[in-house]
Amino acid sequence: MADKIKIAQYWGAGCGGCDVALLDIDAKILDVHALAEVVFWPIGFDGKLADIEAMPDKSITVSFYNGAIRNSENEHVAKMLREKSVVMIAFGSCACFGGTPGLANVTNKEEVFQTVYKDTASTDNPDFITPQTHLKVPEGEVDLPEFYDSVKTLDEVVDVDYFMPGCPPTVNLIALAVDAVAKHVTEGADLPPKGTVIASDKTLCDECDRERVETGRRIEKIYQSYEIKADPKKCLLDQGIICIGPATRAGCGSMCPKANMPCRGCMGPTKAVMDHGGSMLSALSSLLNITDSESKLSEEQIIELMMQVKDPLGTFYAFTLPKSLLRRTVTEKRKRKG
Amino acid sequence: MSSTAPNAGGQTKAEEEDFEPKIIVFCCNWCSYAGADLAGVSRLQMPPYFRVIRVMCSARVDPEFVLRAFQKGADGVLVAGCHPADCHYIGGNYRTRRRIALLRILLQQFGFDPGRLKLAWISAGEGEKFQKTIIEFTDVVNELGPSPIGSSD
Repeated sequence: MADKIKIAQYWGAGCGGCDVALLDIDAKILDVHALAEVVFWPIGFDGKLADIEAMPDKSITVSFYNGAIRNSENEHVAKMLREKSVVMIAFGSCACFGGTPGLANVTNKEEVFQTVYKDTASTDNPDFITPQTHLKVPEGEVDLPEFYDSVKTLDEVVDVDYFMPGCPPTVNLIALAVDAVAKHVTEGADLPPKGTVIASDKTLCDECDRERVETGRRIEKIYQSYEIKADPKKCLLDQGIICIGPATRAGCGSMCPKANMPCRGCMGPTKAVMDHGGSMLSALSSLLNITDSESKLSEEQIIELMMQVKDPLGTFYAFTLPKSLLRRTVTEKRKRKG
Repeated sequence: MSSTAPNAGGQTKAEEEDFEPKIIVFCCNWCSYAGADLAGVSRLQMPPYFRVIRVMCSARVDPEFVLRAFQKGADGVLVAGCHPADCHYIGGNYRTRRRIALLRILLQQFGFDPGRLKLAWISAGEGEKFQKTIIEFTDVVNELGPSPIGSSD
């Protein structure tokens, strides 16, 4: 048997869904098995960091890193795998953009600890004991990773070769990546250019089958998706349900709109866009009904109209807050009077 | 209101006096830029802390531009366009008005005082209104102090 290539899969701040997604590729998993030996995969089998550390640099062909960078351990393993790997892939929305854990960037370490170790109803911790990064006990010294104030994306801490967005990346996209690696290994084909996002370059609307109003589009009222029963054929946005499709990269096969649910933006923005949320904010504002009487509306009425969008930050940046232009929330030093 | 409003926060007096706000002003080509021009040729006095960027229409100001300005450390952003019903492109300013309203809500969620983003309607003949807008907005930004970007984290 010819030498197999080595691959690794690691999870940072993620839910494990990406690890499962890799198994979701059906018979293609046999291709992976024929081609590669998995040397490190914490969710799959026991493996020790020391074993990876002992490997020569660039001895792993591909590392799939899923999950965001939330603590010092995530960062340490990311840096180590980067050294040991020829190709580093940011696998899934959390590694690419911060994902759902990235929404923690509206708060900070202190507040997270306060909630988790004190305020939650089921917590009994009167002395407010929180995890220490270093502790001496009679049996010896123990270390825990340091929890960061902000969630980071993988490419903030290491050089990333390819990005595979999605929550989790869909089977067809994983198959694309596996095929590209297989062709490279067996036939010597070129890998895609560095920085490639393994998905489509168009927006989700482009591959969505729903019928949309082509001229005179307008949204009369914004609904939360639970508030109305959506017509399964018509564009969700036209029905007043906020669908992030116009600002989101295609490639997922529009799975959510097909299941009558709006896109929440897990594939992130397209190449030309710097800020996923800003792009959606722009699209949505323009779609709201503009009539001749708009000139007579007061500024207050406009604010009321736009207040229909509940929680714009959480809606527009559901998966991309750490990758947005502002990255996290800030605190004004002073309050304005009056 | 004056531009030397008393210090309300924790800054020292020296910092307060040294603060020169960075204000980005987006002006639409057809009304507000001409208004700014008129203010200039009329030699109207204004605090010198603003930089004007000319755009064809206030609706050309993508929310990304505003967010990027704040990301880069702007202390305030002013978007100026034609009065309602006066837009050169018929309805561009209505879109701007909505975007800015929603952006202010968003910026507030990001922790910014929404007063750092202002929308103003300034016509080509309103040089004085441009001057007044700049003076008032500079006062507001002065009162708020330096942008919170980079100060937390």
